[in-house]
This record gives sequence, structure tokens and C-alpha cells, in this order.
Amino acid sequence: MANIFIYPSNSLILYDLVERFGHKPLAVMQEIKKRVTTAGIDSPPLNITPEDPKIGLKYAAVEVPAGVRGRMSLLDPLLEDSEAAILVEDAPIGFGCMGCQRTSELVGFLIRAKRIPILELSYPTSDDAAENFVYQISEFLNGLGDGKEAKNE
Amino acid sequence: MNEIEVAQISCGSEYTGIQHEIESAAEQVGAKIIFPDIDLEEVEAAEAKFGLKVTSPDLKLMLARAISVVEGHTTADAVFIGTCFRCAEGALVRNEIRRYVHDKSGLPVISYSYTERTTADTLLTRMEALTTIAKRRSLLAREKQSGLTAGIDSGSTTTKAVIMQDNEILGFGWVGSTDVLESAEEAYSIALSESGIERDAVQAIGVTGYGRFMLGKSFNADLVQEEITVNSKGAVYLADRHKGAATVIDVGGMDNKAISVQDGIPGIFTMGGICAGASGRFLEMTAKRLGVDITELGKLALAGKASNISMNSYCIVFGIQSLVNSLSKGARHEDVAAAACYSVAEQVFEQQLQEVEVREPVIMVGGTALIEGLPQAMRELLQAEVIVPPYAQLIGAVGSALLSSGFIEE
Repeated sequence: MANIFIYPSNSLILYDLVERFGHKPLAVMQEIKKRVTTAGIDSPPLNITPEDPKIGLKYAAVEVPAGVRGRMSLLDPLLEDSEAAILVEDAPIGFGCMGCQRTSELVGFLIRAKRIPILELSYPTSDDAAENFVYQISEFLNGLGDGKEAKNE
Repeated sequence: MNEIEVAQISCGSEYTGIQHEIESAAEQVGAKIIFPDIDLEEVEAAEAKFGLKVTSPDLKLMLARAISVVEGHTTADAVFIGTCFRCAEGALVRNEIRRYVHDKSGLPVISYSYTERTTADTLLTRMEALTTIAKRRSLLAREKQSGLTAGIDSGSTTTKAVIMQDNEILGFGWVGSTDVLESAEEAYSIALSESGIERDAVQAIGVTGYGRFMLGKSFNADLVQEEITVNSKGAVYLADRHKGAATVIDVGGMDNKAISVQDGIPGIFTMGGICAGASGRFLEMTAKRLGVDITELGKLALAGKASNISMNSYCIVFGIQSLVNSLSKGARHEDVAAAACYSVAEQVFEQQLQEVEVREPVIMVGGTALIEGLPQAMRELLQAEVIVPPYAQLIGAVGSALLSSGFIEE
């Protein structure tokens, strides 16, 4: 089972696909859950505190907006743990999004720089393209070696 | 009075970690932050409807929320617009939304670019002004002072007090700020003595400025009000421009205010306090370096030419260094004084006046407005009518005395 970084990082569809093929999806929801269930932090709605953008300085200098650096602090553990990645370009907002295009650009660059297996796809706009989209993801995940075969559901 | 609802239209505040600071500032002034509810379809349609294409989804959400407020799908009393500091796309969207909401809805609007260091205290004065404009329109409609009232402005550099009766200033006190209460007491005593008025005869008192909360308690003030509202009213009152548009600029000792005013009521406003190079303090240091009293700096500047001096920085330290270098090369003191005034005006122009609609007349107020070179530099930069009303230095105190007279009748 490999740790698969997905982007958009809150895409439920990608999360589900990765899980179905026997791998561990790395999604931002996990990080947010950790924060909102940690006692003692009171910084709603995501429990990101003003300290988090400072953690984001690991990836972007201080002249980069604090909102980008705050998002990077959420994504930091996911980037660190990633062993492979699936990136979907031009997805509609409903598919998942991190809200900030600058963050998306930075994340794309960082994950490519890790030199791990990456599948980059465009968001499908037809039924045929959607089937091909799922097929490519299944091939990619199965090709990672120790992932389970997709459930026949 | 019902709770004021402030619609928040923003990007990045939750990831910057300062959302609770925004909400805390609102809470402290009796307001509540609300978020316009939007469908996904509305977000996707917002760009075309608004006419601005943006790449970040949260900025699209901002457009959709602005449309919702303007079209009345969201009911709000005021609007707070925010994006991350240093985000170019965010700044574009913030400015256009601010204009759009202000023009199409008439709601009071404030915009702000935040960092992770933004605190509720930083936002408090802005939020207080926003809610005052929303809930006290009748008070702000006051154009004449009546009865016998006093106003005290506890500023960062000087403390001012005035006594007014039946729309006239009877006397004033103007002292350097040291201890908040002691300085206020001193200025007030001078104003009372100059007016020949006994303390007990004063029917209402209004306080403003940084020390307003302390003064409010100590003087049992009827009105405790931030400077945006008070200075706007004071400026249009002293310049006799109650009706129509105006822009109020107050270059203070610690921060600057630029306020776009309509019929005496603030619309869009900014407060800057990041760089001392754009403050009265810079002019004070220049006067000291030139060996003249601050009251003489303005006249000196009028006789000089700013372009004869090379200023490479807006920073108060490097700016003074540039002036010192010029002096060491034999520059005329007049030119140095003019360059200092121009530098302050230029920085206010570049960093603050871009965020408000500059509408004539421009009314310059505060003690720095009396440094003649400064309004002259602003006149050159804006190519607009710049008025310095009488008693410009007393603006906050006069505005407080004017507004507090509303409490006599109540």
C-alpha cells in the first residue's frame, strides 16, 4: 500500500478511487480533522492559528501571502509522506479545490520536484473521457505494485 | 438596537489563522460577522456576471458573495472585504468588489489586506467606524453643534480639547501627549479656561482618539467614538461641506486616514500605520534636522523645490538619511523641507488614496495640515482642490463636540 497524494487535496472522488484500489489517500481532510479535534486550539473554523503560516515558510518566503503559507502548513505532512501522486488539472470547484490558485501552482511544482510516480490528468468532460479517467487511475495505482485490485463494484 | 450584521467577503482569512480576530473585533463593537450563503452554480456564474475573470476559486466565491449582497439575497448592514496582503489577484478583486458594493448597495464598506499578524486590536477602529456608520445615521446627519459641549481628542502625538457653544468654538487646548489622562485633563482645563466656562456647565462631552476608552470612563463621556467617523464629521463641518462628496485626509503622528465622504458620512476609508515615513513624525524629524520649529517647516517648504532633492526611500530612517546626504552636498534647506513634505504626500497618495475614491474637495485635517508644504504637495499630486479648514488641527475634538451635542437633545 502506497501513500498517494491527491490534488485537489479535498477531492472525495479521488480519495475514494485511491482507497478502492488499496492505497492510502493523503487528503487535507485528515489534517483538518487533526486540528479540529485537538483540544486547546480555538481558532475556528479550521483551527489554523497565526503560527501555521510560519510553518508554511518552509515552502514559501515571507513575501508570499499568509493564506498560501497557511494552506501549505496543512499540506506539509501530506507532501512529506507522499510516495506517489495523482493531480487533476482544470477540475470544477465541485470536484474539489484549495481555493487559491497560487497554492495549486506551488503544490504542483513541489510534488513534481519530489520525483515520485505522478499521474497528471485533465478533468474529463464526456462519458468516454470519464471512463478513460478512471481507467488511467486504476492502471496507475495497480502499477504501483502492492496495491490491491479494484473491487468489482 | 439590533445587532449589526457585517457581511464578510474574503479570501484566505481562515487559512491565515485570523478569522477569529475579525469576529472578535466585530463582537467588541456589537456586530456579528455573517457569510452570504451561495450555491455552487452561483460561484461558477459569478465571473461572467461580475465581468472579472479570476483563477482562484475563493476569489470567485468573493464575487458571488458580493453579487448576493448587492442583489439583496443576503441582508447585511455593512460589508467587510478582505484578502491576503501581497496577493495581487486578491488586491484586484478586493478593490473592484469594494467599489461595486459601495456604488450599487450604498452599504458602508471597509476593505483590508491581512497577514498572520493581524489582530482584533488592529481591526477594532475600522470595525467600530463601520458599525457606527451603519447604526447611527441619524447622529451622523447632524450639521450644527448646539448647547454647550466639549470634545477631547487623545491622539498619539498631541491631545486636543475644544469647548463649543451654539455652533461656535469658544476655546481650545492643544498639548503634547504624555500620560493619556493627564494630557487630556491639561488640554481640557486650558480649553475651559480660555472659554471662561465652568466645568459643570458643560452639557455633553465626546471623546475620540487612541485614548478614547480611558477618557470615556474618566470623563463620563456621552460619546466615545473612533476617529474615522468623528474626523469625517469634523472635516465637513469645519470646511462647511456638509452636502455632497469630499475626501478627508488626516496625516497623523502615528497613522494616516483617508476617508471618502458623502454628505458627511464616511463611505470607503483606509487607515495606514505601517510606515513612519508617511507620518507627521517624519516631518517632525525633518524640522529638527533642519533646526527649525515644526511650525516653520511648511513655509520653508513652500519656498523650495522637492525635485531638487533625491529621495530614494519612503522609510523614515533612510528618508532622513537621503535628506542628510542632500544637506551634506549643499542642498538648500527649503528644498529639503519641500522634499520631505512631498515624500509624505506621495506615500499617502500611493499607498492609501488608491483605496478610496478621491472626490473633490480634498479636506486635509490634523496638525500636519498646518504644515503648508504638505497640502501644497498633495495639491500637486492630485491636481485637485485641497482645503485646509480653520482649526484643522482640532478636527477630532471639534467632531466630538459636534456629535456629542446630539446627546443633549436625547
